[in-house]
Amino acid sequence: MLGLNKKDTSLFLLVLALVVFAPLLLNPFPEGSELAQFNAGYPDLMQRFLIFGIFAVGFNILFGLTGYLSFGHAAFLGVGSYAGVWMMKLLTMNVIPAIFMSVVFAGLFSLLVGYISLRRSGIYFSILTLAFAQMSFSLAYSVLTPITNGETGLQLALNDPRVLGVSQVDGSIPAANFFGIAMRDSFELSMGGWLFTFNAGYYLCAVVMMVAFYVAIRIFRSPFGMMLRAVKSNQQRMNFTGLNSKPYTLAAFVISGMYAGLAGGLMVAMDPLAGAERMQWTASGEVVLMTILGGAGTLIGPVLGAGFIKYCENIFSKINDNILYDWFAGLPEGLADFLVFVIHPFIGKGWHLTLGIMFMLIVIFLPGGIMEGFERIGRLFKRKPSSGESVSAKTSTTPAE
Amino acid sequence: MEILKVEGVNKSFGGLRALNNVNFKVEEGTVHAIIGPNGAGKSTFLNCMIGRLVPDTGTVMFGDVSLTGMKPHQINQVGVSRVFQTPEIFGDLTLLENVMIPTLAKRDGEFALHAFVRVDQDTEVRDKALHMLEDVGLVEKREMVANSLSRGDKRRLELAMCLSQDPKLLLLDEPTAGMSRADTNNTIDLLKRIGDRGITKVVIEHDMHVVFSLAQKVTVLAQGAIIAEGKPEDIKGDPRVQEAYLGGAHL
Repeated sequence: MLGLNKKDTSLFLLVLALVVFAPLLLNPFPEGSELAQFNAGYPDLMQRFLIFGIFAVGFNILFGLTGYLSFGHAAFLGVGSYAGVWMMKLLTMNVIPAIFMSVVFAGLFSLLVGYISLRRSGIYFSILTLAFAQMSFSLAYSVLTPITNGETGLQLALNDPRVLGVSQVDGSIPAANFFGIAMRDSFELSMGGWLFTFNAGYYLCAVVMMVAFYVAIRIFRSPFGMMLRAVKSNQQRMNFTGLNSKPYTLAAFVISGMYAGLAGGLMVAMDPLAGAERMQWTASGEVVLMTILGGAGTLIGPVLGAGFIKYCENIFSKINDNILYDWFAGLPEGLADFLVFVIHPFIGKGWHLTLGIMFMLIVIFLPGGIMEGFERIGRLFKRKPSSGESVSAKTSTTPAE
Repeated sequence: MEILKVEGVNKSFGGLRALNNVNFKVEEGTVHAIIGPNGAGKSTFLNCMIGRLVPDTGTVMFGDVSLTGMKPHQINQVGVSRVFQTPEIFGDLTLLENVMIPTLAKRDGEFALHAFVRVDQDTEVRDKALHMLEDVGLVEKREMVANSLSRGDKRRLELAMCLSQDPKLLLLDEPTAGMSRADTNNTIDLLKRIGDRGITKVVIEHDMHVVFSLAQKVTVLAQGAIIAEGKPEDIKGDPRVQEAYLGGAHL
């Protein structure tokens, strides 16, 4: 289907089904129950799953295929966000021009950064990209204030021109919309104790994400994708084989930069503001974590990694000591105090500690990320393949170095 | 007609004169061997030919094209392929992919943004790659990862990769180094077979058995300079060669 082979088609359909039914699947616990805080089926979080999924899928085209580790991809996301907000300020509140120009500007910026950074490889490349991103971050706070609005962040205003739309509706800023469908519009479905929210913005993200995912599959299976894997495997042999590795790596860099811009544009479409903190190195590091956690070089791994990290961020950071005391209410007071004391550093603001430990465990025991975990589980249920077959297993899950 | 003409090539590393005014011609369609003791400058010479090193002075002409100053991928695109001393292959990729990449490079040039074509549906390239693997006897292992091959098989794979590009000139850097006698003989047979296609070959080799079973012409390099050149049987008896290369021992 759609020019994909059987395996990829079923993968695509699986992801499609997960994305379409996510508002149901991510709300397994009835409203008001003890466990309802573990529900992830609210629009804001689900949108972030998809947006960061796109970001990670794009990053994986560069890192997973060519092995070039960029530490500055958040800069492209930031540039995309600013471009998106400016489109909404100048043109219209329709999200299409905003998303489109986010991709274009991020693509142009990544062309510049990539052209310079790709003169070096390995750690020097990583440092160059990091330097560019931090430079963009600092500039956004200082000299570029007229464009970025500095520390306040770029926001919409009542007197923005919006030449293709209207400046204001009844004295307030019009809502971001897709040809009249407001992004924040939701349809709520109440069934028994359960409450499911189907949000327009989420489904726009879903469509964009599925297109982005489809393009990524096509790139992975194309001659171009094979050349990118050749870059990672042996760049020297590639050059002596008559291939110029530079344009290949630059193309991969720009494509992944455009994915980052797309993610930035979607963020703006969901919530029309942009701040410089989106470009900070921690944000760049986050997408690296997502990709490695999920499985660099695999198709769906980065999406899972993005979902995993965003889920932890939202859920673990919401648990506080009071909730813990509720859980341990049945235990003797001293024991409950002790348990809360032990768990306290890992929750609330300390969720990074939990994430860090999980990341270390996965990298040490499953270098191929979550996808390697799935593969190992899958192998348990299959008959042991003969030794010849096991060596021939495709290398799509090679761990990142 | 000569396909490769090297004139007045010098190359120094610091105070070491690795190549000293080397003049060298290869006739089209022949197998030309370069022999010489360790450190004679054989590999440096080869590296100067394919653009891995830039000679200090002198020219390397391939037909009418000057190779001096060209980038490695450009030199390959005009028809020069090289088999390395230690096999240079795409270790994480399958054998089939290993051979498809050079085949694509030959067909589509140094860069092609074919991001929306299915590589597994490119039957032309796939068939050619399979044919090449069959030629070197690796077709059964086509879905294996290249790193899992034995050293001898890696060499054969690299040879298949180079041959898939139908090069005009094939440079082989010690194609039988570290091989058993049986493997060496297999490689000689293989190289003889591909000789039928009229590919000109320059072979660097230590093993005299290989040199004398393949080459029509032999050049002897010692301390960066050519000390003798001629037919294998003439070289065998040349006292200068025995002195420099074999320490006076008889072949």
